[in-house]
Amino acid sequence: MHELLTGSVYFGVLLSLGTFGVGTWLKKKFHSPLCNPLLISVVLTILVLLALDIDYDTYYQGAHYINYFLTPSTVCLAIPLYRQLSLLKKNWRAILAGIASGVLTSLVCVLALSALLGLDHRMYVTLLPKSITSAIGMGVAEELGGLPTITVAVIILTGILGAMIADGLYRLLGITEPIAKGVGLGTSAHAMGTAKALEMGEIEGAMSSLSIAVAGVFTVVGASVFAMFY
Amino acid sequence: MRFLKQLLVILGVTFAGEALHAFLPLPVPASIYGLALMFVCLCLKIFPLRAVEETGNFLVDWMPALFIPATVGVMAAWDVLQPVLVQVALIMCLSLAAVMAVSGRVTQWALRRRGKHKKEDNRHA
Repeated sequence: MHELLTGSVYFGVLLSLGTFGVGTWLKKKFHSPLCNPLLISVVLTILVLLALDIDYDTYYQGAHYINYFLTPSTVCLAIPLYRQLSLLKKNWRAILAGIASGVLTSLVCVLALSALLGLDHRMYVTLLPKSITSAIGMGVAEELGGLPTITVAVIILTGILGAMIADGLYRLLGITEPIAKGVGLGTSAHAMGTAKALEMGEIEGAMSSLSIAVAGVFTVVGASVFAMFY
Repeated sequence: MRFLKQLLVILGVTFAGEALHAFLPLPVPASIYGLALMFVCLCLKIFPLRAVEETGNFLVDWMPALFIPATVGVMAAWDVLQPVLVQVALIMCLSLAAVMAVSGRVTQWALRRRGKHKKEDNRHA
């Protein structure tokens, strides 16, 4: 049995998508921000792998086929963006200001907190690109001499957490404009934030996809400057 | 057939993004080049929205599920992460909330400021 599970190319995919299905079902049933399908799927997958004594590399051999669709999916984020073209043309100054201020906040926060908590330089540059999409963030961490594996883990956890707190935080701060909600989610929580933003509405989703790309490019430049500060 | 054709267009743009990534010396990943290319193609009407729309919507809807294998990777990175777990978690949570709050508030402020100017302009006219 163990050999069948570790030898199968489909087991990893089945386990990942199956647990995601469970997460989606739980979310529909309970409507709680804690029921994030991705988080549920990841926790269940890890538990199953530990229970069956299958290591990550073996699981990944099958599951990495899922990654194949990541690039085309990111490319398709241009579609909701295109549908909101007129809104983008009218408000591009406000949108750019929001994204730039968010990127700067992220870099300053990581710098201040890393210094305060006494992290070493390697960990500091590992965390610098934590708010942007993993495709860019991994490259930035590698370029600056950080640990890309940790960067990816932190990026994705940031995304899940961002999707979970967005509703509450926006209510607390009185952020009600769809464009502002989208920019906030995309700048702070990249693709996972965008999935949440698309749930809120088409405008939120489009602005969030735009923010992923722009925040990513700003961070590439900003992080290389900030890497010299600590 | 419709889905196959749409998938072909999307994979074509994705491949063009990879080509740009290979030839341009910038630290921009293929997916972001692809996103920009797709946007430009739609804006310039090189192909219409309906040439990619349904398959594209499907791919966007399923995007969160595509991150499962990479996130499960926390398992493999656990040994490096564990000693600094508290610090990393703290930095992650605090800066996440700060970034979301600042970018959201600044955008809303800029939008409303512009809105106000417009109303005043109308009054003057």
